[in-house]
Amino acid sequence: MTETTVDTAPLKRQKRNRVLLQLSCIAISLFMLIPIYLISLAALSTRESLNRFPLSLLPTSFSFETLAAFLGSTGVFGALGNSLIVGVGTLLLSAVIGVPAGYALARFAFPGKEPYQLFLLFTRALPIVVLSVPLARLFLTVDIYDTTYGVILLHTALALPTTILISASVFLGVPQDVEEAARVFGCSPLGAFMRVVMPMALPGIAAASIFTFVMSWNEVLGASILTLDHRTLPAQVLTSLADSPLAYRFAGGFALVIPSIIFIALMRRYLTNMWGSTIR
Amino acid sequence: MADISISNLVKTYPGGTERATDDVSLEIADGDFTVLLGPSGCGKTTLLRMLAGLELPDSGSISIGGRDVTYLPPNKRNISMVFQSYAVFPHRSVRYNIGFGLQMAKMPKSDIEKKVQWAAELLQLGPYLDRLPAQLSGGQRQRVAVARAIVVDADVLLMDEPLSNLDALLRLNFRSELKKIVQDLGTTTVYVTHDQSEALSLGDQVAVMRKGRIAQLGGPLDVYDAPSDRFVGGFIGSPPMNFIDAAVTADGDTLVVGDQKLMAPSLLRSFKASDIVLGVRAENVAVGTQRSSGDIAATVLVVEPMGSTVLLTVDVEGQTLKVQAPPTFRTAPHQTIWLSFSPNTMRFYDRETSMALEAK
Amino acid sequence: MTVQAPAAPTKATVRAPRRRVPAAVWLIGPSVIFMILLLGWPVVEGVLQAFQDENGFTLDFVTRMVQDPYFWPAVRNTLLLIVVMIPIQFAFAIGMALLLRANPRLHKVHFFVWAIPLALSDLAAGLVWLSIFNDRGYLNSVLAWLGLEGSSWLAYDNQTTMFICVLIAELWRATSLVLVIVVAGLQGIPKDYDEAAQVFGATFWQRLRHVTLPLLKPSLQVALILRTILAFQTFAVAQALTGQNFPLVVGETYRWYTGLQNPNVAAALALVILVVSMLTSIFYLRALREKNQGGTR
Repeated sequence: MTETTVDTAPLKRQKRNRVLLQLSCIAISLFMLIPIYLISLAALSTRESLNRFPLSLLPTSFSFETLAAFLGSTGVFGALGNSLIVGVGTLLLSAVIGVPAGYALARFAFPGKEPYQLFLLFTRALPIVVLSVPLARLFLTVDIYDTTYGVILLHTALALPTTILISASVFLGVPQDVEEAARVFGCSPLGAFMRVVMPMALPGIAAASIFTFVMSWNEVLGASILTLDHRTLPAQVLTSLADSPLAYRFAGGFALVIPSIIFIALMRRYLTNMWGSTIR
Repeated sequence: MADISISNLVKTYPGGTERATDDVSLEIADGDFTVLLGPSGCGKTTLLRMLAGLELPDSGSISIGGRDVTYLPPNKRNISMVFQSYAVFPHRSVRYNIGFGLQMAKMPKSDIEKKVQWAAELLQLGPYLDRLPAQLSGGQRQRVAVARAIVVDADVLLMDEPLSNLDALLRLNFRSELKKIVQDLGTTTVYVTHDQSEALSLGDQVAVMRKGRIAQLGGPLDVYDAPSDRFVGGFIGSPPMNFIDAAVTADGDTLVVGDQKLMAPSLLRSFKASDIVLGVRAENVAVGTQRSSGDIAATVLVVEPMGSTVLLTVDVEGQTLKVQAPPTFRTAPHQTIWLSFSPNTMRFYDRETSMALEAK
Repeated sequence: MTVQAPAAPTKATVRAPRRRVPAAVWLIGPSVIFMILLLGWPVVEGVLQAFQDENGFTLDFVTRMVQDPYFWPAVRNTLLLIVVMIPIQFAFAIGMALLLRANPRLHKVHFFVWAIPLALSDLAAGLVWLSIFNDRGYLNSVLAWLGLEGSSWLAYDNQTTMFICVLIAELWRATSLVLVIVVAGLQGIPKDYDEAAQVFGATFWQRLRHVTLPLLKPSLQVALILRTILAFQTFAVAQALTGQNFPLVVGETYRWYTGLQNPNVAAALALVILVVSMLTSIFYLRALREKNQGGTR
């Protein structure tokens, strides 16, 4: 009686859906990757081949000529250095100020905590442009206009709320028991923090720091407004857009894209944590 | 309502090497309450999820009410289910949750309302219909999950460890309530649990599972009284069945445990001069402080008063046993007591295969 | 979430007179001071800059801003971009997150690839797409290889294609932010809810409408606020692709500040963005709160 014939039609439908699923994913990935391939192609072609039309879609004339010309043009090399200085400076300053605040937010109850958190959320809605113009005037009066310090201060201000919120969530992930156990077994509060809490929180804090660095590396407008001669790389590229050849712009785009891929690769395990859940 | 027929179901999870279910076949009659019982990882939940259509088998077939559903998506199977986590939608009211299945089936609003009222009445959820799940206790959320499962007119009701998240007292109370509801409903039910007392108390039949296979299928009392192998005996019962290494003498009349002797039941005539395992439940061993004939001596190791009984851990010839004594029984560690076994409660197992011995 | 901890004596509180100051103050204090100086103060200063000259209160700068021929096109473009882009972006991001949840082969690789633009500036995105959309770029090259006539996608008189180019570049760059928030939100929803809905007869679309999207609402609202505010700040994409041909409000601020050397009008423009951002946030937060009263806590 039980010799039922198995109806495999739903299974086939499901398999077809799986194939469609894979294909959609591949299509989206191609949409994401092809532009990156093309900018790399443009930046790594000879100047002469860029002037041809139609452009070749395959790497037929590979050369560092365009990229070298970009790096060699005035200001670019210095801008690259400035970008690194500003990025690392922002990372350090926001960690020094933000991580303790995040720890306090995660561990202590204090008066004004609610308003403080609301304030942090509110500052995330502050457009960079609103800060940049008045800060330029302020920095002129205290003589740090057109320095990397000024840009570091601006970028830290922008990154600080996020750093605080992320590190708070990182510390919340370190169970309080562990810290209390360390205290019971004879650590001072600072010792417990340094020996037990910090090692456990470090990967999360590191990810938060890269996040800060990325933000600083990408910030264009504020850096352009606050500097003249000591530009960061994006600011340098932006301000020379109008009077530079296409090849220069492609090389500039390439130089901005590559670090991003590295950052994302470094942070891939933390993507949803950094940009996703804790960002609110 | 419908019968279920499962045949030769094989499922290996992607990336895994062990079969989650290994050639499982099972017939469930219309209106039966079947419990799948086993330790975690035995394949019972996988089997249930394949019945639900939440997992698909690699081979084999499932039919419900004579209709093949092996690869049918869950929403086309006309089933209903209570989840271990309850899976009560947190963003909607109790009323909406209970009526969810009916709404998906596009039943008219007034009919939905009537059925929701009926189910809420049955599960004492009347006052909570407009609340959100977050405003309910765990037990009440559980009731919502059950109400949601019984309002739909499903062929089969599936339950995945529905009581495991309740505290002990609530679990005991709700268990009998659940039994009555399902009895009145008469729906074919498959119930997964790792709790043997739940299995015994609820099931019309119990399928004890191990490593993806059904080790024994039978009525709750059969499974308890006559475990088909050592695994089943060891898994069912609290405390589990005792297993004692013993030998049958050459004439087949006597059972030897270490230096002590027991009368062998007639069954063992077929196993003259062989090493076997004696299985006996704690409550089937009579305990005395005086020796009578046929008794064997044991040394008390631990005494645990349980209220209605006293549980003793004793040593017999280097083997540890758990036995039950009446609450009035007084003894202390290191004392010698006497155990007597009644022949018709003794079970025998093969040393090698662990399978129950049957008269040849 | 926080546990009331006794005010642990930190290093700073060891000195006797300060023993009463709670540790939290020492930890929080610097961040508060820093943010007041570098976030609070500039906003106040910005308002003053926009409404004050040597003689006191004035509306001159606001008038000049509004009368500038680029102002209204910039406002129109910014709003148009947001209104068209945000719904497409959310539809894409939700679709992509659902694809990932279905656990395709190599889903980690796909997620990584889809997340790359997270770390891209809008300037970089603009330059990337410039290599494709410019007159002698890759798009026209492909068309030429196929024997088709190309087009001046970014030409001044081609406002529609220019808008579409900026839109595509921004979709390419900024959808990943929404995606990551939605993926994080989906990860927080136990699979059981979806399975329960399936068992009780819900089709894919019914599940999406009645279960997944409502449960995702908190994440979607966060993403919406964040994405809209960031969208108001879009400018370098347009700058890289079109120069001044596709004005956006922030781009105008930049032009007034650097090109026209007028920080006051630039400050006025910045305030426009601030006000609109704030209004949007308040609007979304209102909507969020009202819905939450009937929703989960």
